[in-house]
Order: sequence, then structure tokens, then C-alpha cells
Amino acid sequence: MAVKKRKKDLTFLEKIYIPEIVKGLSLTLKSMLKPKFTLKYPEEKFIPPASYRGRPVLVQEENGQERCVACGLCSRVCPSLAIEVLASETEAEKERYPVKFEINMIRCIFCGLCEEVCPEEAIVMSKDYEMAFTNREEAIYGKDKLLVPVSQLQDRIEFLRQYK
Amino acid sequence: MPKFILDGKEIEFNQGETIIQAAKRYGTDIPHFCWHPSLSVSGNCRICLVEVEKMPKLVIACSTLAADGMVVHTTSPKTLAARNAVMEFLLINHPLDCPICDEAGECKLQDYAYLHGVGESRFNEEKVHKDKRVPLSPYIMFDAERCISCSLCIRFCDEIAKDPELTFVDRGDRVTIVTYPGEEMDNPYSLNTTDICPVGALTNRDFRFRARVWDMSSTKSVCVGRARGCNTEVWVRNNEVLRLTPRYNEDVNSYWMCDHGRINTFKFINAKDRVNGPYIRKEGTLGRVSWQEAVNRAASELRSFNKNEIAFIGSAYATCEDNYLFSRFASSVIGSVNIDFMRREDPSFADDILRRSDITPNSLGAELVGVIPGKHGLNIEGIFNGINEGKIKALYIIEDDIVEVRPELENLLTKLDLLIVHATNMNKTAALADVVFPAATYAEKNGTFINFRGRVQRIRPAVETEDLERTIDGMSVSRLDKFGTMYDSWAKKNRHDARSTWKIISLISLAISGELKYNLIEDVFDDIAKSVKEFKELDYDMIGEFGAKLNIDIKETAV
Ligand code: SF4
Ligand code: SF4
Ligand code: SF4
Ligand code: SF4
Repeated sequence: MAVKKRKKDLTFLEKIYIPEIVKGLSLTLKSMLKPKFTLKYPEEKFIPPASYRGRPVLVQEENGQERCVACGLCSRVCPSLAIEVLASETEAEKERYPVKFEINMIRCIFCGLCEEVCPEEAIVMSKDYEMAFTNREEAIYGKDKLLVPVSQLQDRIEFLRQYK
Repeated sequence: MPKFILDGKEIEFNQGETIIQAAKRYGTDIPHFCWHPSLSVSGNCRICLVEVEKMPKLVIACSTLAADGMVVHTTSPKTLAARNAVMEFLLINHPLDCPICDEAGECKLQDYAYLHGVGESRFNEEKVHKDKRVPLSPYIMFDAERCISCSLCIRFCDEIAKDPELTFVDRGDRVTIVTYPGEEMDNPYSLNTTDICPVGALTNRDFRFRARVWDMSSTKSVCVGRARGCNTEVWVRNNEVLRLTPRYNEDVNSYWMCDHGRINTFKFINAKDRVNGPYIRKEGTLGRVSWQEAVNRAASELRSFNKNEIAFIGSAYATCEDNYLFSRFASSVIGSVNIDFMRREDPSFADDILRRSDITPNSLGAELVGVIPGKHGLNIEGIFNGINEGKIKALYIIEDDIVEVRPELENLLTKLDLLIVHATNMNKTAALADVVFPAATYAEKNGTFINFRGRVQRIRPAVETEDLERTIDGMSVSRLDKFGTMYDSWAKKNRHDARSTWKIISLISLAISGELKYNLIEDVFDDIAKSVKEFKELDYDMIGEFGAKLNIDIKETAV
């Protein structure tokens, strides 16, 4: 059986590998001197930019009340049916508020549609990506876990206003 | 018949019909806010402007009579431009309230804004502000900013409820609705205005903020408040009835229902005192047991009495099917002729609009299907006397709290050796029983009621029970029902372990003698149709959504 010749044989330099090894090692060396990206999570935390879509949270006004008027639009638009809103009447000017607001973090796909549809800028995507549960019930976040003071959400709100 | 041309098609009309009426009959819905088929024409909203050839200006379709040879355009550029203009005008002072407005999702202004609005406003000034929470009655809240001054509510009170209570005050952009000085909006039909109000200006306080309309399922049913049997829609979210609305049926209730029916006939369905599963009395107290155990107990105890010692009380609240099997159970399984039911009259309730003095939905049906004393049988008073004299030792009651109506019966019923009760909620009668079966409510079963005019109408299940499964049993399904899983708190079923009375009777009968085996309610109805002459040749399909007339002559009494 005739030995089949390769289309293109390696040259001598290529055959001895040494230049290639030097090339590779020099890349390694360069990278060693570059600034590091790796974080020693969880000791060091990653702080995402404003464009990041972490878990959705509810905006809590300075007076401690939620901004949400329980219109249910986020619940309607949510492609994964993660949100349940139950409304009730309040004496406050907004008339309507959520007695119950729950997001099922197992259902949520962090798409941000709830944030986009909300007419009140009351639900926004946060920078929180740390969610771990040991059972399904834990994954359903109520108002207690969802409400975040508006002061902590400023850069996301600014970011949204830029693109609205 | 005279004809006119509507959007290029020739249509026939009756002399005296307006363009909007003729078009509606023909299937073309000309946009309208202030027009209602049952109310006088006001012509104030101007959204129904249409172009008629040879007329100098656009005309309003709601008050222009159709004429032979007329050529009408409802989608011509001129018409559309006029509609846009009217929408823009209406939206000048209309608040951006949709997120907090209960009407959203079934709002004409919202719909027409999508369909006919330009989507932009040239109005940059501050909107007019008015009162947003004006209670017109304990049932109705008025939001003056949302009102588009169509006057439907005023005309409804004047013309249908025949109780003028509302009027406009002020002019221009300050115009608003008020009740006459010193008056409340307290006519017994007031809540119909919340249905016909084209916007969210009038809202039902009982339902206010309870649910978004798109989250609910709706099921065609019949009101159980009174003997008229107004056609209704039952609105359900998370297996809980949240509101009832009237459903158009010209032969029964037109577009309306009374406030009593709307407010008072559904809260018991999800009440805490629902009987959940069968109960039997052991050592003096009622305890929950399995269906098998309760059925066996009822069957064996009933067998231990002489047939003349047993009496049966049917119910004008139960369906024809329930009452029919009950009477068959009494006559052919037990062989007793002592069967009757309690009639309920409240003359103070009647009027010449919808409300009747008979406060039950099915007294005629109960009579027709055989819940009347047999030959030499005891009627209801006879049964009570019989219990008092010790001749009647066992009593079987379905779906009626007779002790609530006549408290003196409480002592009487304790004389019985056996009391079997079917009850939806734990009530005074059921509390005395030896065996309590959990009855499904009218929102949890199929069946028929006969109204006072002899019209047979269907009810359908809207709420699941342990015995009914939404998809398998063909019930209407909301988006939440469709996609909910057992892990979603918004899909927890709130289900009760209850069954239709006819199913329970069938079970007991099977345990006693193997008779009355039925699997489907249609089979029960077919047997009624075969054996009761007034029901001859009827079936569920013929009854359909709007009911059917029984083969019976009813004398129309005044009330
Ligand atoms: S981010 Fe997307 S999936 Fe998550 S709750 Fe919002 S709409 Fe639903
Ligand atoms: S869309 Fe906004 S205002 Fe509406 S219920 Fe959701 S969070 Fe609340
Ligand atoms: S009445 Fe209609 S348009 Fe006006 S706020 Fe309510 S839903 Fe929106
Ligand atoms: S309250 Fe409603 S029905 Fe009455 S005038 Fe205003 S918009 Fe029309």
C-alpha cells in the first residue's frame, strides 16, 4: 500500500517545535503581567455595571412604601409567569397598592420585561445575582425580600431613563 | 324591505331603525360610547359619526334613521379622521389611570384608543382635576376624572331602574355627575351602571381592585338569587368567584341583573364554613369520614326504617337533575310518598322590572320533576306534623337550610332518629344531622333551573372541586389556570371535597338496591325528558347558552 503524502509537510522549523513553544510561552508571560480579571468569589464580589440584569426588585420610596400600584402589567407580560400581584385599596393618593407581590425566582428568566413594561418605574432589575435555595418555597420572594430602597437603585434607574 | 348600502354592501333594514341598529344587526359594530341598545338615544359622544353620501356633513349613526337607498361609509377617510378627532378630544382631560383602573382590559375608551386613536396628543397643558373617589352608594364608587359624560348612567336610572337619581352639574370641562341632593344611588339595579359605563368612572366597590379582568376565567351561568334566573357570567381567579355580571338574554333579563343577585349569591362558595367532605355523627359529634363510610351509613340506616316512616324534603335551590333523582330515590328506591319542598316567598322583594317574590331559582323545576307529595303522601306541613307525632322517624333533606327560615323546626328535628342532609355550607339544619353530605354549589356543577316563566336554563361549573377537574371537565380556563403548577401559590386550587347532589343520591341508591346508576348529568336529563312531559324532546344542546321554553303554559301574574 502506497504511503499517502500529506498535502503540505511541516518545515524543519516547525518539526522541531521550539519556535512555537517560545511563541506560546511568551503569550503566557505577557498574560501574567497583564491586570487580573479573576475574582476570588465569594470572598471578593463581582459588582456588575448598571446594564446588568440581576434579580428584579421593587422600588421602595423614601417614605417606606412601595412605588408599585399593583397594575399587574408585569405579571401579565412576564413570559415565565413568575410574578403574582394582588391589589388592594389604600388611602394614599395612588389609590391602589399590592397587598401581595411575589416573584418566583425559579420561574424568572431575568429577561427584564417586567421592568420594561412597568408604568411606574416600580420594578427594576437589580445587581443581585446571589440566589440559592434548598426548596421551592424559599424561591418565592415576597415583598419583604423584594423591596429595595430607591437610593440603592439609582444607577439602574438612570440607565433606564437613558434608553426610554 | 327597504335597503341601504353599508360599506359597499346592500343591507335590509326595518323602517324606523337607525343606522347603528341596522348595522349592528348586520354584524358591523359602529364605535359608540353613549349609545346603548336598550336606552334612549342621547347622541352626545360623537364617536359614531359616519359619512353618508349626499349629506353635507358627517352624521351620527345612533340617531340618524336609515333611509332607502342611503349610501353609508363607516371606514372612509373622512369617518376615520372624525373618529380620531373625537378620541383626541375625549383624551384631553382623561387621566392616565389605566394601571390603577378596574376597567382596564374591558374599557371602551382604551379599546377605541388602540383602534381609532392617533396615539399622540397635541395637548400639553395640565389636565383638569376632579374628585377621584366619590362613593355614590355603598356599592358604587365614582371617579369624576374618568367620566366621559356619556350620560348612560343617568339614562339607566331614569329609564330602566325608573328611579331618577343622577344628573349632570356644571358645564364644559367641569361637567360631572352627582346624585340629586340628599339622594343616594340606591335603586336595586344600580350596579348595572358599572357595566354600561364605557369607562372606569363607575366601579363596583365589591369587586374594586380585586382582580385584573384578564386574569379571570368566565363561565356562562344563571343567577340563583330569585326565580327569574337572570343569565350571568361567573368570573373566577385562582378557583375563587370574584364577581358576577349579567349576560344578555332578551327573553329573560335583557342586559341587566339586580344588585342582590350580583352581590349576595356567590360569597358562600369560598366561605370558611363550606362543608368539606362527608360527616357522620359519632357519639354526639359530627366527624369527617370517607365517602364510602358516609354512603354506607346512610344506606344502612335508611334501610332500617319502614318506608312510611321516612320523609324527603327536596329543594328549590337544587337543580332539576338533583331534585329528579331525589324524587326517584324516594319513590322507587325507598317507596315513600312523603316528599315535598319548602317554598320561599318574599313579596317585599318583587317589582315589575326583574325581581320576583319567589326567592328561589328552581321552585317550578322541583315541582315538575316530582318533588311533590305522592298519592296520600305528606306535604311539607304534614311531614313536620308527622315528625311531631312520631310517625316520621327519618328525614332526608337536600340543599335547604329549613331551620334558618323557621327556627322553631330546630326542636322538631331533634325528635328524629335519622336526619340526612346535603349542604353546601355548615348551617343550622346540617348541624342537627346524623349524616352530612357536602353538596356542590351552583358554581361547581352542571344542571338546569326552571325560571318562573317555565324556561329551562343551564348552569355550568366555574369552580373546581375534588370531583371536578378544570380541563378534563371542560370548564373555562384562564391563563393562570392553564399554566399554573402545584408549586405556584397563585394556582393553589382552594378546592372543596363536594359533589353534585344527584351524584351522591346515585351512590346511596347503588348501595341500597343497585338502582339509579348514572355517570353523566346528560343521562339524568335525558331521563327527565323521557318521563316528564313538559321536558319532552329537550336536551342540553337545545338548551344551549340561552335556555329553552318548556312545554308548559304559565299564567303571568303581576309579580
Ligand atoms: S425578569 Fe422576566 S422572567 Fe423575571 S420576573 Fe421579570 S418578566 Fe418575569
Ligand atoms: S408593572 Fe409595576 S406598577 Fe404594575 S404591578 Fe408590576 S411593579 Fe407594580
Ligand atoms: S377608563 Fe379606560 S382609558 Fe380611562 S383609565 Fe380606565 S382603563 Fe384607562
Ligand atoms: S359615569 Fe360613566 S356612564 Fe355615567 S356619564 Fe360618566 S362615563 Fe357615562
